[in-house]
Amino acid sequence: MGKSSLSTAEVVEMLNHVADRIIAAEPELSEADRNLGDGDHGLGMKRGMEAVKAKLAGGADHIERAFSLTGMAMMSSMGGASGAIFGTFWRSGGKALAGRECFDAQALADLLNAGADGIMARGGAKAGDKTMLDALMPAAQLATRVVLNPLPDAISAVAQAGIDGRDATKSMIATVGRAKTLGEQSLSYPDAGACSMAIILESMRDYVLA
Amino acid sequence: MNTSKKILNDPNACADELLDGLVFAYDGKARKVGRRSIVMNDLRPDAPALLVGGGSGHEPIYHGLVGTHMADGAAAGDIFASPPPDIVLEAAQAVNRGKGVLFLYGNYAGDVLNFDIAAELAAEAGIEVRSVTIHDDVCSAPPSEKSKRRGVAGLVPVVKLAGAAAATVDSLDELERIARKAVDNTRSVGVATKPASIPATGVPTFEIADDLIGLGMGLHGEKGVGLIPMCPADELAAKMMDLLLGDDLVLDSGDEAVFFVNSLGSTPMMELLILLRAARPILDRKGIRVHQTVVGEIATCLEMAGVSFSITKLDAELKRLWDMPCASVGYTKL
Repeated sequence: MGKSSLSTAEVVEMLNHVADRIIAAEPELSEADRNLGDGDHGLGMKRGMEAVKAKLAGGADHIERAFSLTGMAMMSSMGGASGAIFGTFWRSGGKALAGRECFDAQALADLLNAGADGIMARGGAKAGDKTMLDALMPAAQLATRVVLNPLPDAISAVAQAGIDGRDATKSMIATVGRAKTLGEQSLSYPDAGACSMAIILESMRDYVLA
Repeated sequence: MNTSKKILNDPNACADELLDGLVFAYDGKARKVGRRSIVMNDLRPDAPALLVGGGSGHEPIYHGLVGTHMADGAAAGDIFASPPPDIVLEAAQAVNRGKGVLFLYGNYAGDVLNFDIAAELAAEAGIEVRSVTIHDDVCSAPPSEKSKRRGVAGLVPVVKLAGAAAATVDSLDELERIARKAVDNTRSVGVATKPASIPATGVPTFEIADDLIGLGMGLHGEKGVGLIPMCPADELAAKMMDLLLGDDLVLDSGDEAVFFVNSLGSTPMMELLILLRAARPILDRKGIRVHQTVVGEIATCLEMAGVSFSITKLDAELKRLWDMPCASVGYTKL
């Protein structure tokens, strides 16, 4: 059940599916951001993913390129911290897949870990700061442990780790970005970026399992 | 239903349309560059360049600060969003004349990320870049953690001083040194009574009860000291000046400074002047000599209601630079 690995064309299809899911989730992402920020995270992500769809309309030559186009489209169309962070995630993650011809559980682990490393190298956030990293890092760490599993199993477990990571942000106090001045008032709301990261992982899983 | 009653076309095109309008406001002295930057046309040859930038929605900063003896160019983001690296790079390439570029912008997570990426791209293109962030908001973090402080209206005196420097110095080192000194000598404090709203949705940027005032609130409604009950202007001025002068910028009797009273958007001049009436004697009593007072709408957040005070201490070098005339849509000095 599900795809054991993805070709370049299937990676492009998967990224389109991710884009569609984020676009559809705009109201929920904006609502999440309203509690801690100024409520425009959903709009920004929607704009970013619409740019991704446009950028991928002509397909991609290889797997690395599919991810780097995705990153460039988000970074350039969104601006803001989210554009820079999600853009860096896809671009750094994609670089780790240079020369790969299929996307399997190993590629998933490399994408997520290199993506997380790229974001942390930019500075400003680390685990526990209540950002999208808190959904990404548990997912990346689990992905490393399941590289020998079939892709459908690996990505199901990874998506769950991302969802759990997002939920864990509810009990964190924001220390970076606009939410940081809310201090204890930021407790009990999940971080909007973490919500986006969880949706990205869930929609990747749903594409693989279909 | 969006009841914010803004005069717009497509709300998603605000940032692009306002930049086109801003170019017209320069009457031929500036042009649009790339996707969303504005650059002055007659740049002094062979000089280090001054590039400012940040999110739209705070006009006249940042892009309204390009001008004569002001910034050479500005990169504009979407409403309340930092500009992406490719827009910053386009602007950097347009203002660079071979002596490097100083990026000067407000200290916000998004701006730091995007300008840093742009600085790397510029370096790859052979352009030397230095970066100075403005962090004048005293209520956003304690003096020991200045790197966590937000950049607010104090950006205007800083850019004016850096602009005067850019018109006179020959090296990027000197431009950076003076910009850093201007930042170190500037402090601000703000209050807010009503939020702005996002053009695309009409949704307010924050919530506040009718009888409360946000003391120390940031340019986007970020929390500062906290919410306090509305109080008369004299009392509010005293609280604000306490925060402003109680920070770690030493202002002794006899020191000279410029003092800005800024409307955050919808607060009318009347209220600014009533606050100035109360604030000025506080400065006089401390023996701080006000070299110039500036009152107006300098750094805003759309229709947010509120006020900020900014003070920049002038030493001999900064005073000489301050006294140079300048012209920009955001601030002009004869």
